[in-house]
Amino acid sequence: MTQSVTTSPSPNKRRNNWQLLMANRLAAAGLFIFGFILVVAILAPLLPMPNPDITDQPNRLLPPLSQGHLLGTDHLGRDILSRLIWGTQISLIVGVSATALAALFGSLIGLVAGYARGVTDSVLMRFVDMLMAFPYILLAIAIVAALGPGLLNALYAIALVNIPFFARNIRGVTVSIRNREFVDAARLSGKGHASILFTEVLPNVLPVIVITMSTTVGWMILETAGLSFLGLGAQPPTADLGSMLGQARAQLFTAPHASIIPGVMIFALVMSINLLGDGIRDVLDPRLRSGALDRPLSVTRIERQTLPAVALADAPVLVVEHLSTGFANGGAVTPAVRDVSFRLGKGECLGIIGESGSGKSVTALSLMGLVASPPGIITSGAVYIGGQDVLSLRAHELIALRGARVAYVFQDPLTTLHPLFPVATQIAEAVMAHNQVSKRAAHQRALELMETVGIRDAAERARAYPHELSGGQRQRIGIAMALANDPDIIIADEPTTALDVTVQARILELLQDLRRERGLALLLITHDFGVVAQVCDRVAVMKNGEIVEQGDTATILRDPQHDYTRRLIACVPELGEGHAFLDRVRPLFEETRP
Amino acid sequence: MTAYIAKRLLAAIPVILGLSIIVFLVMKLIPGDPAQALLGSYATPENVARINRALGLDRSWPEQYVIWVGNLLQGDFGRSYILNRPVLDEVIERFGATLILAGASLVICSIVGILAGIASAVHQFGWTDRIVTFFVLVGISMPAFFLGLVFILFFAVQWRLLPASGMYAVYGGGDLPDLLRHLILPAGTLAIVATGVVARLTRAAMLEVLRQDFIRTARAKGLSENAVIYRHAFRAALVSVIPVLGIQAGFVLGGAVYIETVFQWPGLGQMLVKAVSTRDLLLVQGGVLVAATVYVLVNLLADVAQAMLDPRLKA
Repeated sequence: MTQSVTTSPSPNKRRNNWQLLMANRLAAAGLFIFGFILVVAILAPLLPMPNPDITDQPNRLLPPLSQGHLLGTDHLGRDILSRLIWGTQISLIVGVSATALAALFGSLIGLVAGYARGVTDSVLMRFVDMLMAFPYILLAIAIVAALGPGLLNALYAIALVNIPFFARNIRGVTVSIRNREFVDAARLSGKGHASILFTEVLPNVLPVIVITMSTTVGWMILETAGLSFLGLGAQPPTADLGSMLGQARAQLFTAPHASIIPGVMIFALVMSINLLGDGIRDVLDPRLRSGALDRPLSVTRIERQTLPAVALADAPVLVVEHLSTGFANGGAVTPAVRDVSFRLGKGECLGIIGESGSGKSVTALSLMGLVASPPGIITSGAVYIGGQDVLSLRAHELIALRGARVAYVFQDPLTTLHPLFPVATQIAEAVMAHNQVSKRAAHQRALELMETVGIRDAAERARAYPHELSGGQRQRIGIAMALANDPDIIIADEPTTALDVTVQARILELLQDLRRERGLALLLITHDFGVVAQVCDRVAVMKNGEIVEQGDTATILRDPQHDYTRRLIACVPELGEGHAFLDRVRPLFEETRP
Repeated sequence: MTAYIAKRLLAAIPVILGLSIIVFLVMKLIPGDPAQALLGSYATPENVARINRALGLDRSWPEQYVIWVGNLLQGDFGRSYILNRPVLDEVIERFGATLILAGASLVICSIVGILAGIASAVHQFGWTDRIVTFFVLVGISMPAFFLGLVFILFFAVQWRLLPASGMYAVYGGGDLPDLLRHLILPAGTLAIVATGVVARLTRAAMLEVLRQDFIRTARAKGLSENAVIYRHAFRAALVSVIPVLGIQAGFVLGGAVYIETVFQWPGLGQMLVKAVSTRDLLLVQGGVLVAATVYVLVNLLADVAQAMLDPRLKA
């Protein structure tokens, strides 16, 4: 059952997955413990053991390691080891059967509801919701109450209360599959619904069913053991692990081993299954391997081979020298930005332009150690702010510079503002991060900043949440936040990309005004030469992580040296140009075609 | 907010009706003829017909259901023929004890689970994370009824630190400190599994939130790492942790059945187990229905709390 997940279709991948599973020591331990228990339970009839039901009153409650009874005897003198192995067999059979039943009916409900949608879906899922509205085990108890105590009835009860879990999971997957092309194709070829459901949809849902089973079977064993413990499951003389524990409880103080042994067995069984189930899930989730689920650190990892000079005399406000940043990929580092250098003076605007994936955003984030790390690593170079290399600073010193001397404006303000805090609070927070002021003063300052960036009725808007504002207003909040501590440098990473064109123009105008009034140095990251032409004094063109061309905007626009620059410039359409645009651009891309 | 609460309350009504239908249908599963069972050897056809008429069992199921619900709404849950007292009186008395036990467990699992989950996420792959992950795994694999016995063996028998069973000491008990002393072991045991689940999901929610863009914004503002994690990240993660706590409420209500049996806690769960073995079906029916209704209301509370935390959900 659980192992079947590891045998995925392609032989290549299976080997790979198997190795991964074995590399996870906990999962491997789970597999071996579970495998051992399973083999012993299956071999129970062949093992040389006393009959588990033969009572022997004179030898009752013998301690473990007694003559002829390795684990001692219970209150009726029965051999505990023998009862344990037979009981494990019963617990396994019942737990696995309950899982299979729940999977069968739950999956059927999920498949039909997800495939049929409409009324069928609503009715079935409301029924499932009702089942879920019961505190978990109580419904099972009510069912056993009605049907009468007994192992089979307990099995039915546990299976029934677990149906919703399967139904919901399977329905979700089915809904996403039913509209896929291959299902449409089958429908158009005249296949009936039942045939589509079982030959097209089911095979694709099967892995989910198997994974859900492997993660619930331990739980089901626990639950059936619980009902038996309460005396509602297995009835004497049949004993599963739960009823062994339940019966031995009366002698807890005089013969604790009779309780502890079956209890430890349940725990070992369930734990081994859970370890294995988690291991399988981890192997099958590709995101875990890539490190994409790792938590970003407060400062990007910095691992420079050669340390540059810590300070630079007579430097402009921002100097970047030979900066390289990469992403950890297993043991190796995949470079994303290579040997990038540029300078930015007070009141100046430098544009960094390139297509997506060219490394421009990674460059921008590297300056303040904000590349998500792990797996991001800064591998070489220096970033001088006011002549001081910030990559040589301690983490808390670098954090103190963020928002104070160097502030960021990010691309999509809906995802980059905190969704649960009012906007003025978020601006005030930036003020308080760097100034010892009262909350009230910070709030007052936030309102002023909102007015500065052109938000009318700021006092009223202050309490709004990001989702209640328009895209343009949100970006103005982002800019107000960046201005909160009068920074020297603003790094704007695609600040207008998520906005429509008219709003875009106004935001750019705002940035221009602020730059002129405050003498701000502006580093503008964009993919749009139109924006560069409108705002930037100088421009650096990035491709594949490197700066291929850098110079005055006017010069480069007039006489681009690099092919790639030419193409980027050509991509800015002119109003009323029509088809002429495509004719103009086409030859520039001809040579890049494969 | 009031409108939102009213809306949720209205939505809970069909759910509770659905619960009552399921309980009604489960009781119809009972094999054999109830009149026959009741009369035993006196079950002549005339007697059976008379009993069926008296109990309303000769009517159609929908009719029986409507009459039954009508009685419930008037507070008439029937009479327990074993205890010879109204079902509702017994259920309410027992439910008080269960609420104390389950409530204490819910508090424990919320606090410990959330703190452990945050610590685990913040130190992802570090020692704290490994230790928490290990205990979570042990917690969710441990049969609570067995753990309770082990606790009794050590804390009550071996070290004589805490009482092994009951809610109050037989002699000289009855005050709050006495209740708390009796509460520690059962509430702690009941909380183990739920704590594991809460810790695991809090860890996942925190890691999910820490990858979001707005966390990068918080860092870009120059906030300290503590502010980023506890103010920004946890606040956002809490929105997805709250419904998990609602589900755990159902879990501790159900798990109380085992714990009350192990620790002789005079609650609803203990009552249900006894009622099942004596086949006191009206008592089972009443107990399950009351517990399920409370669970629905707790989840409603969780929904409201979630909407208060996340302004986007109110719409």
